[in-house]
Amino acid sequence: MLQEKLYDYLLHLGDNSMILGQRLGELCGHGPELETDIALTNISLDLFGQVRNYFQAAAEIKGEGATEDSTAMLRYENEYRNTYLVEQPNTDFAHVIVRQFFFDVYHQLVLRELQSSKNDTLVAIANKSIKEVDYHVEFSSTWMKRLGDGTDESHSKMQEAVNTLWRYSMELFKPTDTELWAAETGVGPDLEKLKSAYLETVKEVLAEANLTIHEDTVFQYGAKTGMHSENMGFILAEFQYMQRAYPNMKW
Amino acid sequence: MNQEWPIWEIFIRSKNGLEHRHCGSLHAADAEMAIQNARDVYTRRQEGVSIWVVESKEITASNPAKNGEMFEPAADKVYRHPTFYELPDEIKHM
Repeated sequence: MLQEKLYDYLLHLGDNSMILGQRLGELCGHGPELETDIALTNISLDLFGQVRNYFQAAAEIKGEGATEDSTAMLRYENEYRNTYLVEQPNTDFAHVIVRQFFFDVYHQLVLRELQSSKNDTLVAIANKSIKEVDYHVEFSSTWMKRLGDGTDESHSKMQEAVNTLWRYSMELFKPTDTELWAAETGVGPDLEKLKSAYLETVKEVLAEANLTIHEDTVFQYGAKTGMHSENMGFILAEFQYMQRAYPNMKW
Repeated sequence: MNQEWPIWEIFIRSKNGLEHRHCGSLHAADAEMAIQNARDVYTRRQEGVSIWVVESKEITASNPAKNGEMFEPAADKVYRHPTFYELPDEIKHM
């Protein structure tokens, strides 16, 4: 029972990084500038590195011949535990940066808490990942300010991206049964308690970036329990194609 | 109006290196972005522990057309190299 909960919790952590990593990977060769292209795919690789660690641990719990690859590739859509935010499309560079920023601030808060988790594997993963994510926050925050407080055009594109994506932010902090279990057992953070620190950082950067969030936003919840948006099927179709078409194929 | 980001020259100091060495150039809108881009482009395989960036236009370079008068006069002045001393055998590492 405990192991089942831990398995599901590892999916919660891994799936967010994996789906965001996949979204960033889609930009490989399509970044707005060569340097930005490399930066975004570097972040993608950081995230996939973290996913491997989470899923190696998950596969060990599952047994039955499960591997990190089968954990990543061979689940059905409703078995993925990522949030709505990370599955949102690369509409334009503003959406890419705002999505990244909203996630990075959350990610950093969670990893800091995981550094004192009661689970040693999670402590080790968090200690390795936190430096990567500290840089992600720095990268996305500076881009938030540069574009939000840039030209009229960059400002309006950024404001539009904030308007579109903010509604997915609070799902990050609404715990599922598994995340409640993690908080109660000291395996993971109490998400509700991280919300105020999140809002403080986000609002500080948005203020500097001359961007605003609508106070009457209606937030969207449900992806973490498997009710994904229409984007998810397309992501998985591309992501899983090879393994579904050629089962057990190896690189 | 020129919409391209300006070019920056990147200098990296490696872990065991004493000095920053020029390793290439890249595009960036400002110095902060140049540092971040340099980190992602030039240090992703652990090449460095310190980065300097200088906007290319800030560098004054010698004129290649004047290479003759600049550098060739040094060519026949071998006596400027300390190669005419006889070294005692005990000195190994010169």
